[in-house]
Amino acid sequence: MIVSELLEHGFTEVALPDPEREIHGVYIGDLLSWVMGRAQADNAWITIMSNINVIAVATLADTAVVILSEDVELPEEIVRQAEMKDVNVLRSPKPSYETAVLLYELLK
Amino acid sequence: MSEPLVFHFEVDVSDFTSAGTASVTVKKNLRQLGLPSDVIRKLSIAMYEGEINMVIHAEGGTADVIVTEEYIDIILKDHGPGIPDVDLAMQEGYSTATAQIHSLGFGAGMGLPNMKRYSDEMKIDTELGVGTTVTMRIWIR
Ligand SMILES: Nc1ncnc2c1ncn2[C@@H]1O[C@H](COP(=O)(O)OP(=O)(O)OP(=O)(O)O)[C@@H](O)[C@H]1O
Ligand SMILES: [Mg+2]
Repeated sequence: MIVSELLEHGFTEVALPDPEREIHGVYIGDLLSWVMGRAQADNAWITIMSNINVIAVATLADTAVVILSEDVELPEEIVRQAEMKDVNVLRSPKPSYETAVLLYELLK
Repeated sequence: MSEPLVFHFEVDVSDFTSAGTASVTVKKNLRQLGLPSDVIRKLSIAMYEGEINMVIHAEGGTADVIVTEEYIDIILKDHGPGIPDVDLAMQEGYSTATAQIHSLGFGAGMGLPNMKRYSDEMKIDTELGVGTTVTMRIWIR
């Protein structure tokens, strides 16, 4: 499934510079070094962290999309950074677990 | 054989929000060179962890990346406090990070283990009160 398809399933756009990117698998984590150690390239990464380092980690770990659960807000300047660095970011109103369950169904 | 390609960066602590700039820049440059994406991913994560460590545990430093046809070396050098017990620091979960660092998403104690895991060779030279140099090598093939 591609990232932009998530918009039809309750996810909202925060930054979408690479809408056609394919998603393979999901990783949930808020501690950045865990994410870098365990997430795989092309994962959807679910987190409640919303600082600038999230964008750098998404770039370096090659995740397909960052999903901010619990409707976490991303400051405007970080949204701009995401767009500049080609990092997709979506928002989900659900908690991380329920967001992951939904993704599990969608990615089947 | 062609000359190695060398990148040099000053890693500054004054602006924590831009931490990671050197690693992100290296990643972009290596992509343009057409290196395999798994090599680039390993290298840029290992370098970023080291770069962040220089920012949060030392007072910044320098990062040098040397790209040859066979391997890539990353040399991260700081003049921070040094690491008292390297074996302990290498353990997953060991961290001296403060609450402020945790709030930025760091301090899980996974950085050095990640550097070890994503590099093929890693060496830490450290002296208390003098500084730390971490050297990592990643083989391209
Ligand atoms: N360049 C350095 N100078 C001084 N101490 C360091 C340096 N790098 C690491 N350390 C020490 O080693 C510990 C472990 O480092 P490591 O990168 O594994 O974890 P962390 O930086 O605390 O957390 P994380 O990397 O998961 O965000 C640090 O908490 C710090 O005490
Ligand atoms: Mg670290």
